[in-house]
Amino acid sequence: MTHASAAHGTHAHSAHDDTHGHPPTSTGLDNKKIAIWAFIGSECMLFASLISTYLIYKGRSVVGPYPHDACLPPACSTPLPAILDIPVTSASTFVLLMSSLAMVLALAAVEMKDQPKRTTGERILGSSKLWLWMTAILGATFLGFQAYEFTSFVHEGLTLKTNLFGSSFFTLTGFHGAHVTAGVLWLLSLLAIDYRRGLGPKDAINVDLAALYWHFVDVVWIVIFTLVYLIK
Amino acid sequence: MAHDPAHEPHSTVDHAAMGIAKEHPTWSTYWKVAVILTVITAVEVWIFYIPSFKASRLFVPSLLIMSAVKFVTVVLFYMHLRYDHKLFRVLFTGPLIIAAFTMIGLMFLFGKLSIGVGAPN
Repeated sequence: MTHASAAHGTHAHSAHDDTHGHPPTSTGLDNKKIAIWAFIGSECMLFASLISTYLIYKGRSVVGPYPHDACLPPACSTPLPAILDIPVTSASTFVLLMSSLAMVLALAAVEMKDQPKRTTGERILGSSKLWLWMTAILGATFLGFQAYEFTSFVHEGLTLKTNLFGSSFFTLTGFHGAHVTAGVLWLLSLLAIDYRRGLGPKDAINVDLAALYWHFVDVVWIVIFTLVYLIK
Repeated sequence: MAHDPAHEPHSTVDHAAMGIAKEHPTWSTYWKVAVILTVITAVEVWIFYIPSFKASRLFVPSLLIMSAVKFVTVVLFYMHLRYDHKLFRVLFTGPLIIAAFTMIGLMFLFGKLSIGVGAPN
């Protein structure tokens, strides 16, 4: 791929750099890309602490509702089924996974923007606007699922203050949802740039930074889905 | 100073010297990875609804393995860590290992995990 090095954040050490006033970094790598990976590393530790807190408090709630078990009196005033809705969350997980696919296709489209597109398929795959929109819409859909889930939980009597499960669950998934929201806003800002002047191969590094953040949010959800929703 | 990749003469990039692979995933690779992720997610949900499997000792390990496979697949192919510079790998896997050990340590500390040490009664 012609522009892979731009998105991969590598510098070419040549006289060209000096004439344009861009001195090469000591590592030969783009500082922004090093920064995003360091940020993602720190985010790993943030989410590890949130997931640990959830797991430690799991099963220690004195009153219901509970995630995987029905809640019967006297723990609950009225009998309540297990509160987690696996089919709905499975659908939202699928949506987030597909948003990652759309994101890599958006990055590939930006990298290949200058290459001629002969067929309709190539034009579709090469449309950065289409894939950025797709990613943002899928991200917003995931947030819609989360809003539905949170609302239904509150209607069933589970709030941040109800029990240990409620506190740790809303904190963990709320933090993740906030990250998805930030990602959607980032994607919308890229779309605004794309409509204003067009995103080309020279912008690949900036789209790659957003993509890395987006995929990180996706892998965090992969872990949350298994540990919180599927494992009792 | 901010670097502008627009000024890069790509043909002069020495990928070998940079420690990165010249190979780059293709569109078909991205689609295949999406299919694999979808299938694994479907299997995860499917086994969740099999009571006998859910009650067996294989349930949790199989879910953890499938989750780990999805995690690694996204990181290697969608985040391009398989093709990228090794410094990025270090920046990601270093904190990830610390985070994993912190989680395991906390699980032991709060009694969620235990090792059968001592005389059984």
